[in-house]
Amino acid sequence: MNTALQSEIEVSARQGIPKRRRWLSKLKKDKWLYILLVPGLLYFLVFKYLPMWGVLIAFQNYQPFLGFWNSEWVGFEHFRNFFANPDFFRLLRNTLILAIYDLVFFFPAPIILALLLNEVRLAYFKRIVQTLVYVPHFVSMVIVASMTYVFLTTSGGIINELVAAVTGQSINFLADTDWFRPMIILQMMWKDSGWGTIIFLAALASVDMEQYEAAVVDGASRFQRLIYITIPAISSTIVILLILRLGSFLDNGFEQIFLMTNSLNRSVADVFDTYVYFVGITQGAFSYSTAIGLFKSVVGILLIYGSNRLAKRFGQEGIF
Amino acid sequence: MNSSKHDSIGEKLFDGLNYLFLGLLALVTVLPFIYIIAGSFATEVELMEREFFIFPRDPSFSAYQYIFSTDTVSRSMINSVIITIAGTIANLAFTFTMAYALSRKDLMGRNVIMNLVVFSMLFSGGMIPGYLVVKELGLLDTYAAVILPGAISAFNMIIIKNFFQELPPGLEESARIDGCTDLGVLWRIVLPLSKPIIATFGLFYAVGHWNNFFSALLFLNDHMKWPLQVILREIVMLSQMAAGDMGAMDPNFVEPPDQSVKMAVIVVGTLPILLVYPFLQKHFAKGVLLGSIKG
Repeated sequence: MNTALQSEIEVSARQGIPKRRRWLSKLKKDKWLYILLVPGLLYFLVFKYLPMWGVLIAFQNYQPFLGFWNSEWVGFEHFRNFFANPDFFRLLRNTLILAIYDLVFFFPAPIILALLLNEVRLAYFKRIVQTLVYVPHFVSMVIVASMTYVFLTTSGGIINELVAAVTGQSINFLADTDWFRPMIILQMMWKDSGWGTIIFLAALASVDMEQYEAAVVDGASRFQRLIYITIPAISSTIVILLILRLGSFLDNGFEQIFLMTNSLNRSVADVFDTYVYFVGITQGAFSYSTAIGLFKSVVGILLIYGSNRLAKRFGQEGIF
Repeated sequence: MNSSKHDSIGEKLFDGLNYLFLGLLALVTVLPFIYIIAGSFATEVELMEREFFIFPRDPSFSAYQYIFSTDTVSRSMINSVIITIAGTIANLAFTFTMAYALSRKDLMGRNVIMNLVVFSMLFSGGMIPGYLVVKELGLLDTYAAVILPGAISAFNMIIIKNFFQELPPGLEESARIDGCTDLGVLWRIVLPLSKPIIATFGLFYAVGHWNNFFSALLFLNDHMKWPLQVILREIVMLSQMAAGDMGAMDPNFVEPPDQSVKMAVIVVGTLPILLVYPFLQKHFAKGVLLGSIKG
């Protein structure tokens, strides 16, 4: 097919057929492919690129009844208002603290779990554990949050009964501001640390067994094999996932935080994502909330470029 | 990979602790599900008396009878099923057609479109502009609002495109010599070869639709169209039946068995996922591996 096309082009070039005709003949030759492309292309233009254009309402006083074209332009007013708003620092603080907790406690969990699973020699035991720890990934956040509510409620939740049996009094985990962040991180670990091991286990499976055998012959201990063979084998995967994680550093997982937020823990629970929802959708401040979202997206894109360059400087392969 | 004969005591100790830890971890993963399922069949009295149990003393279906005594839950299940089926079909149609067209390296404009796709993975307009687009299209309160904005996962599309590129080119060429158009090649040659990958991505998309909460929250104000996940949150977390007080009109109304009802609704929301899990498990290692090839 390629050669057919090439010879066609060569023939037309030799015959001095104008460029435009070639262009048209290519379009005609691939007409079915272009027809197949239409739905997907429309999807990206309407649902991805139209909203990117729509981001411009961050610089307007967007009024739904005036529409995009007739709304008044206000420049950076919403950004100035947002940075001057005391909410800004609260949101920034909450978002950053959760993101740091995520990076410190959640990010390493799948790596450690994968390394532990890799040390298991009983194949069936490994398979059973893997099968079970992957399950929560497929369960919705609503289910996870609902189970958390059922287990942690002070009126008969099993975990609180346990706590009460040991310490003599129950803890109101769901409303306590000190417990909000640990609760979020524990939910994340329960739901996704098993799933996160897959990519590392795949990287480990591709390690040449001869390396281990040679290390054994050289008298390397199991710990040394871990440090000098196993961990280097997954280091590039770790770096790639770290870059991706840093790129979405300010995304705290809207659904989870939204579901776990209530009027009592709001002071620590509000993050950029949920604030955009409450201010934008619930209160209808479209332009103001779009400005907040845009601020977050721009920081995110800077972070992903920054971490990618940093990774390259340290001699790792980046993602682009 | 290791020879177990020469293990030192330290290594044996490590192995023992490792097995113990992983075993406990697996237990922590499944126990919540088991407890919820058991609790959904228990009576409220038993839940009050015995906090810790796996098998209810006298199993009862009262919690399930209660949640299906009005059509709030069953209606939301029907909504979820409609959204899941229609949404998955839309996902597959949109994703596979685009992936096939882009898998052809000689396609004019391919690089421009690929760049558009990749850029959309890095930067998005955000929640509010996305909401306004759906609103301006007049899709609010329609099933399409929770289906179309997520019709293609750029990541999945790229994986499928790469899969198509690796198919042996000879097959397509011989079909073309036999007079097939590109459409015919896709339908008769490529798709039959892609059955496993269609099943994989179909399952993943379907699970995503069944679990979707956010789009429904954002785009559906009409209670009659709410999927199960939204109703689940209403019942368990906001502790109220969405369609008002369900017992008030019913003379046979019995006081709701509070905790066990919540557990029963959670079971109803989780069960479909647990049922397809064996099929998912068969496919996902493959899917994730395909993804990591991308590079």
